[in-house]
Amino acid sequence: MTARNRELFALIPASLLVTAGFTAVFIQRNDLLSNLSLSYGAIFLGLCLGAHLVLRMTLPDADPYMFPLVAVLACFGLVMLYRLDAKLARDQAQWFVVGLLLFAGTIIALRRDHRVLERYRYSIALAGILLLLLPRLSHPVNGAYLSFDIGPLAFQPAEFAKIAIVIFLASYLRDTRQVLVVGARRFMGITFPPLKHLGPLLAVWGTAMVLLFVIQDLGSSLMFFGGFLALVYVATNRISFVLIGITLFAIGARTLYAIRPTIQGRVDAWLHPFDPSLYNKAVGGSFQIAQSIFSQADGGLFGRGFGQATIRLGDNPPILPAAHTDFIYAVITDELGLLGAAAVLLVYLLFIERGFKTAMLATDSFSKLLATGLTAVLALQVFVIVGGVTKLIPLTGVTLPFISYGGSSIVANFILLALLLLVSDRARREADLR
Amino acid sequence: MNAPILKLFALVLVLFAALIGMTSYNSVINAKAYRENTLNARPQIDEQRVHRGVIRARDDTLLAHSVKASDTLYRRRYTPAAKAFAQVIGYDFLRIARAGLERSRNAALAGERNELASIVDELRGKQREGDNVITNLDPRAQKLALSELAGRKGSVVAIEPATGKVRVMVSTPGYDPNTLDEKGVFSKLSTDDRNSPLLNRATQAGYVPGSTMKVVTAAAALDSGEYTPDSRVSGKSPVVISGTPLSNFSDEQFGDITLTDALTHSVNTVWGQVAEKLGHERMAEYMTRFGFDTDPPLDYPDAQMLPSGVYDKGKLLSPSSKRVDIGRVGIGQERLRVTPLQMAEVAATVANGGMRMKPQLTSRIVDVDGRTVDRIAPEQAQRVMSPETARQLTEMMANVVREGTGTAAALQGIEVAGKTGTAELNIAQRIDQPWFIGFAPRAAPRIAVAVTLENIVGGQGGIVAAPIAKNVMQELLR
Repeated sequence: MTARNRELFALIPASLLVTAGFTAVFIQRNDLLSNLSLSYGAIFLGLCLGAHLVLRMTLPDADPYMFPLVAVLACFGLVMLYRLDAKLARDQAQWFVVGLLLFAGTIIALRRDHRVLERYRYSIALAGILLLLLPRLSHPVNGAYLSFDIGPLAFQPAEFAKIAIVIFLASYLRDTRQVLVVGARRFMGITFPPLKHLGPLLAVWGTAMVLLFVIQDLGSSLMFFGGFLALVYVATNRISFVLIGITLFAIGARTLYAIRPTIQGRVDAWLHPFDPSLYNKAVGGSFQIAQSIFSQADGGLFGRGFGQATIRLGDNPPILPAAHTDFIYAVITDELGLLGAAAVLLVYLLFIERGFKTAMLATDSFSKLLATGLTAVLALQVFVIVGGVTKLIPLTGVTLPFISYGGSSIVANFILLALLLLVSDRARREADLR
Repeated sequence: MNAPILKLFALVLVLFAALIGMTSYNSVINAKAYRENTLNARPQIDEQRVHRGVIRARDDTLLAHSVKASDTLYRRRYTPAAKAFAQVIGYDFLRIARAGLERSRNAALAGERNELASIVDELRGKQREGDNVITNLDPRAQKLALSELAGRKGSVVAIEPATGKVRVMVSTPGYDPNTLDEKGVFSKLSTDDRNSPLLNRATQAGYVPGSTMKVVTAAAALDSGEYTPDSRVSGKSPVVISGTPLSNFSDEQFGDITLTDALTHSVNTVWGQVAEKLGHERMAEYMTRFGFDTDPPLDYPDAQMLPSGVYDKGKLLSPSSKRVDIGRVGIGQERLRVTPLQMAEVAATVANGGMRMKPQLTSRIVDVDGRTVDRIAPEQAQRVMSPETARQLTEMMANVVREGTGTAAALQGIEVAGKTGTAELNIAQRIDQPWFIGFAPRAAPRIAVAVTLENIVGGQGGIVAAPIAKNVMQELLR
């Protein structure tokens, strides 16, 4: 069976899932089981089929499982959002269309050779950094500069910047990886990269630190810097470089912790979420994380079922804040239980596995690094938000890719998917030829 | 570069395993502790989703029920009849928590089932529904007792001696339970220390029992075999008890009189000497048998019950302690504090031939379809005295109403047994705590009562409390 036929079959469970999900929500609401739920499923299937046809025509050899896995996540996200608020789901569905259009656009534009991106690496890097600085012009949300308002839309540039920075790093490290390894010196038992190439790496570290200080968002910085370290490690196979990087990041984070009360608040809330004085604090306390955990505790092994989580009472402020964005994982655990939440994480893991597999199949260094970096930042993003919601690490607001509500997130992650499929198509074709 | 990619994937696997581990901890392993965290309002919210069962009186009068407050939540409502039962029924409001029967019978009212049963119900698509609680409470007698107290602070408790069924439990002043969740009402009521309307005086108020305690002393005296109703003790006043002179009411003098006469006329000096002679151990033993020193075994929240006994600086002190003046405990003085429920149990135990029954507010639990889920059977708590002792004591108490201090409790055509009490709280200002405990009919008792009122000027038990007891018993014996 060809890759595309496999993809087509793999889309069937995704469509069934979205139809079943909407049906479940309708039943739960005791609405008449209108054909609306079926039409949602049909529209979704249509969109997926459209994207599938684009892939069939442009990237016939690309990995057959990535797109269906993303479709599962996205449709699952739509059902969750529909359960929270039908209007959110409609908005998200529109963003889904925009994302698919950009997905197709990216693939069509780069279908001959995605490596043309290397030519623009400095422009892309600059664009990425500018994107990150944009929100500084806007007002902070919860003490962090994350979004930028264009008219009625809140634009989250970090979602796009993560792709730009990965492209730049993949290209830069392709050039310098050999010298980084060959020119390395051992000093006091630690292998240091050569000084003249250390410059750009320090620049990346500096950028991450600046980001940390300027946008004051530990989550995005962690994601960027983690992606950077993953790439340095894969490019050089030197664990010492990674350790140096972690040390540097830790110094930066520690400094920020010392001077920024918002970061201190996050850490305190993480350490003592049930301390009444933190819990009852009007701003920056532990109310959110405590409620997230209470919500998960409601879930148990099997969950309470769609629509059964306690989100808000009447017109009062929600009991679980940001249920559609930061805390959607808590809602998933609440309604589908440990098993449902683990299943979602498993889908991410399968996708990540396909991403790394693509990287391993790719023959040229840039493609390898690009696929590794894109996969790593996505994995880190999931880790940062789910880790924050489950109290594994301090909470920082990033979206849960393809599931959380948010146009920027869904569109950017579809571009990320497009790039991975582009790498995959070439890699698998060349692997077949050999 | 493939080896480091594999290692990177291994790292991601470890990170995701940690995520699943943490999710397991939150949602399953430590879920119970999180559910019970005091900051967590979710369990209470869940209970408001359930159509909570109703609470009814003995005659099926509706007292409490639930109405839809929003799409998903219910809200508790109390009928006008429930106002007389405010503290007994209690309340159940999301932002205030719950009290009274609403709390002690919450599992039934909220329809809590075991895990298996609830999974089966869920699979059958059955909405969780609360069971209904049918109480032993009698609305007519309750209302009558309330009006008899006539706005004065106090309490009336009536129990069926043979079964322990609580028929009346009044505490005044009360409140309108429907207004509790209105803004500011609860905090105002709960900080009103002058009236303490939320306090269930029947179970929570520790009062000086005065001479009603002599029933306990008499039971100990007769049942221990140390005395008979005809034993003679000097009634001269004063006598020295525990090193301090004790006088009779109005310093009245009696010669060598029988215990029957000493109870009839409530002679302090006699009962003080009897208690002192019985000694700490024996008095403590009989008090424990009557239920002193522990929470009454009532189906009511522990937080709303006070053990009766000797209190020293707010703490229970065993009556066997040598620091206790046992002679004065025997006549209901010293640091003895009792609840009206405890004294009603004392009367009911004598009425029931010496067997103390577990007092019970609930008669049965009925499910939505009207099937009885749980019928609360009468339960023996403890044998306090032999039937013979109980018979003798009944005779002595009948004499109190026939010709002694309790004549105001006498009913037309029905013989009443009882004991009055007047705890002198402030002799200079003549502020008293009047009491009456008793039961009727003497030969085959069907109802036992305890009546007491707070801070009545010149309030002798036989004058203030006995008529109330009479009317309540009359209503309950109709």
